[in-house]
Amino acid sequence: MTGADPRDRGGPQQPLLIVDGLKKYFPLRNALGTVSAHVQAVDGIGFSIAKGETLGVVGESGCGKSTTARLLMQLIEPDAGSFVLDGDPVGRGGVTVRELRRQVQMVFQDSYASLNPRHTAAQEIAFGLRVIGKDTATAEAEARQTLRMVGLDPDLYAGRYPHEMSGGQRQRVNIARGIALNPRLLILDEAVSALDKSVQAQVLNLLDDLKQRLNLTYLFISHDLNVVHYVSDRVLVMYLGKIVEVGPVDRIWREAAHPYTRALFSSRLSMNPALRVAAPPLSGDPPNPVRPPSGCRFRTRCTLAEDVCAASEPALIPSPLDAAHAVACHIARAGSGHSLAGALANAA
Amino acid sequence: MPLDATPARNGTIAEVNDLSVRFVTRDRDVLVVDGVSFTLAAGEVLCLLGESGSGKTVTMRSLLRLLPPSARIGGRIDVAGHDVTAMSDRQLERLRGPVAAMVFQEPMTAFDPVFTIGTQIAETIVSHEGISYRAARARALELLELVQIPSAARRLDAYPHELSGGLRQRAMIALALSCRPALLLADEPTTALDATVQIQILLLLRQLQRDLGMATIFVTHDIGVACEVADRVAVMYGGRFVETGPIDQVIAQPAHPYTVGLLNSTVHEISRGAPLVPIPGGPPDLADMPPGCSFAPRCSAKSTRCDEIRPVLAPISAGRAVACHHPTLAGAKP
Amino acid sequence: MSTSTTGLAALPPAVRKVARPPGRSFWMRLGRHLLRDRVAIVCLVILLAIALSAIFAPWLVPADPYKTSMLRRLLPPGERGYLLGTDELGRDMLTRLLYGGRVSLSMGLAPVVLATLIGGALGIIAGYFGRQVNMLIMRVIDVFYAFPSVLLAVAMAGVLGAGIMNSLISLTLVFIPPIARVAESVTTQVRNQDFVEAARATGAGSWRIIVEHMLANVTGPILTYASSLVSVSIIIASGLSFLGLGARPPIADWGLMLNTLRQAVYVAPLNAVLPGVMIFLTSVSFNLLSDSLRTAMDVRA
Repeated sequence: MTGADPRDRGGPQQPLLIVDGLKKYFPLRNALGTVSAHVQAVDGIGFSIAKGETLGVVGESGCGKSTTARLLMQLIEPDAGSFVLDGDPVGRGGVTVRELRRQVQMVFQDSYASLNPRHTAAQEIAFGLRVIGKDTATAEAEARQTLRMVGLDPDLYAGRYPHEMSGGQRQRVNIARGIALNPRLLILDEAVSALDKSVQAQVLNLLDDLKQRLNLTYLFISHDLNVVHYVSDRVLVMYLGKIVEVGPVDRIWREAAHPYTRALFSSRLSMNPALRVAAPPLSGDPPNPVRPPSGCRFRTRCTLAEDVCAASEPALIPSPLDAAHAVACHIARAGSGHSLAGALANAA
Repeated sequence: MPLDATPARNGTIAEVNDLSVRFVTRDRDVLVVDGVSFTLAAGEVLCLLGESGSGKTVTMRSLLRLLPPSARIGGRIDVAGHDVTAMSDRQLERLRGPVAAMVFQEPMTAFDPVFTIGTQIAETIVSHEGISYRAARARALELLELVQIPSAARRLDAYPHELSGGLRQRAMIALALSCRPALLLADEPTTALDATVQIQILLLLRQLQRDLGMATIFVTHDIGVACEVADRVAVMYGGRFVETGPIDQVIAQPAHPYTVGLLNSTVHEISRGAPLVPIPGGPPDLADMPPGCSFAPRCSAKSTRCDEIRPVLAPISAGRAVACHHPTLAGAKP
Repeated sequence: MSTSTTGLAALPPAVRKVARPPGRSFWMRLGRHLLRDRVAIVCLVILLAIALSAIFAPWLVPADPYKTSMLRRLLPPGERGYLLGTDELGRDMLTRLLYGGRVSLSMGLAPVVLATLIGGALGIIAGYFGRQVNMLIMRVIDVFYAFPSVLLAVAMAGVLGAGIMNSLISLTLVFIPPIARVAESVTTQVRNQDFVEAARATGAGSWRIIVEHMLANVTGPILTYASSLVSVSIIIASGLSFLGLGARPPIADWGLMLNTLRQAVYVAPLNAVLPGVMIFLTSVSFNLLSDSLRTAMDVRA
């Protein structure tokens, strides 16, 4: 299904969404209620999502990937940052935040907690449709239709409550609720992570199917690298509130440039008892996002860190070999002051 | 007086025979483990692999009878020569720790939040071995070093919430090892951890298991984890063993259609570009199991026999067994 | 790349068949659970009997509850056709007990219902909006909460003056703070769940989310708590009447009857105790029913 979308104003080259300078600090309050510190959840990130692509976001807990999703969804207000939706700036003079929200929907990780326990599947889906002004009967009918689209027979499932469904079925209802509002961007925040493997594969196939049929764009957040590799066109790697690397999935999988990305890949389980991982690529846990290290945030766990890494923060700059591939590492930039600077780029 | 933890003459540390566990409440009577049998040799790592509701955790917990009061255990469980089903609660307490210890997915369940790590480990040692608190505290320090906690001496005085996720997991492993168990039971100990931390903990467990010669039962839903740590694997489905064997053989040539399906639906490096082949349908309802093979409703290779007669776990080659009427059919296409 | 292995067609029929009838709502399950609870049934029957006999008292007992007779004072039960005897002014005890149920039951239920509406609304608003709104509402509530409930009721009834209406108002005020507290804490819990976030993601306004998503999830716990206050309300109301701060003579009210029969406790002990027995029976029934309700809610998962 490739009919022209009437909402597509900027043409295929115009990214669906451009995010710039996005920042969110969460205040930590002490017992007296005064702010004692901030969790630097997302610290000045910028990226764009092309129409029809799947942008994968990977990173460990505390890297800010879920906060980014909630910021895009306008569920929390950013401290700073601008959005451009299909060429139109969001906010003053451009499209409204309400309009942005209508074009973006989200599927959460916990299929149980994200469904109202007192609503049936059909009621849950119909709610959003009623919010955008449809009458109850129309909303109900469309909800049933959407259930069919996600592979649930409405005669069997429309009247079911969350506890009467399996995890996979519940997640299908969550997906149905998202697509019922006909969004252009669907954010999948660890949407398949909690599912059993056999069910996960079903839902991944469903997501692929829906993307083709509904002309959707996905922001796919997951900690599972294999799944991200499977579904994504481009990948964004985050570490402690910063983007450390972004680029086409095949390129990143072939030649990851950031030491963190490479460590993340080497941490993957081998899936082959004969080729077990011999030594862990990193030691320790990610640092606390309340007090991130100076300079490059990864330097405390990086085996290649030098003085320059503590002194200055590396900017996210495109690779000279591939403009779509950007890395935030002193090693990747010739003349940065790191002894290995430019060596990797030359080698490649 | 500590219990005897030496394995039986034949080198077996645990032997489970026709284990069944049912949860009985006023409203429901559900058979969650149904006729499971296995033996575990000293120093061996057995992985119980299965999805949610497959009965893997309940099977493992039965070995220490760590089950809710509504559980009814049937069959025979021998751990280090002791009949666990016949033991009193007092005897069980002495079994837990020196003979068999457990690590959990969430370390906060193992620690009391109001005492320091060092105190809790030392007191466990004191209560089980009756040595002085000083000596026990020294042992606690050794243990923290054994599990590779950096600046261990300082961490002895840390409260559980002061440690990061990975360190807390290491501290719990230290607590489990405090009485030198012959058998370690691990319940998804790395599931809640980040990738870079998960691999550290897995490798640590693998190394400790090898160095200390502990037999280990490892419960996981993740084939990748099983590949990293297991010697043998038992694939569970609907409360039953459907396939057992050495991990490399089972992964390379799965014999049960469920194992095949599980491998196919797990996203690999090579999966990209091709649609996944999922197992259709969902996990079985334990309260309403089919009369024949529990996997038959989702199986593409089933015959009428599968709907009627329940297959038993039967050997197919050295060390391997499968509960399927048509095992070769599925095994032919790995 | 999109060969649909996900559609309904891909599922074999055996998987699609459903074992249990779907669509059993929370309230239906709660009801079924209560119906299997023997204690709850017994209490329900007792309370229904008391309520129905209070409502239909004029048809059940032909006697006039206010008709006094100096000749027939304090007759023991069963004598001269008085099934439960007479009181200190010669009025039929049975009749007055049944009529008294009207006042006592309404004094048990009405303040709790009113307080649940007001306190529940305050608590839900405080819990949902949080921050300053919560601060404002809950701190004001805390001031009232600082006084023991009986003392507060007595003080307020004292200020407002005696009378059923005034004791109803003072009881309502007494119950608003605890109910608001419970409502606030339940709402805060529910509010932090993903489904509320998901509802906000559709662009729904706060009131819509409160009405359609929050209410159904918080009413259960709030009602359970409120039901446990009914017996307290009956007892305090009776206490107010007993102290002369509630119902005024000659109205038939269990608390008041207990007071006026007090002097007769050595002459006709059985008669004097009867109103107390009614208060006890009613409040214990409400209490046990409330307990059953709580258990039923707990096991719903």
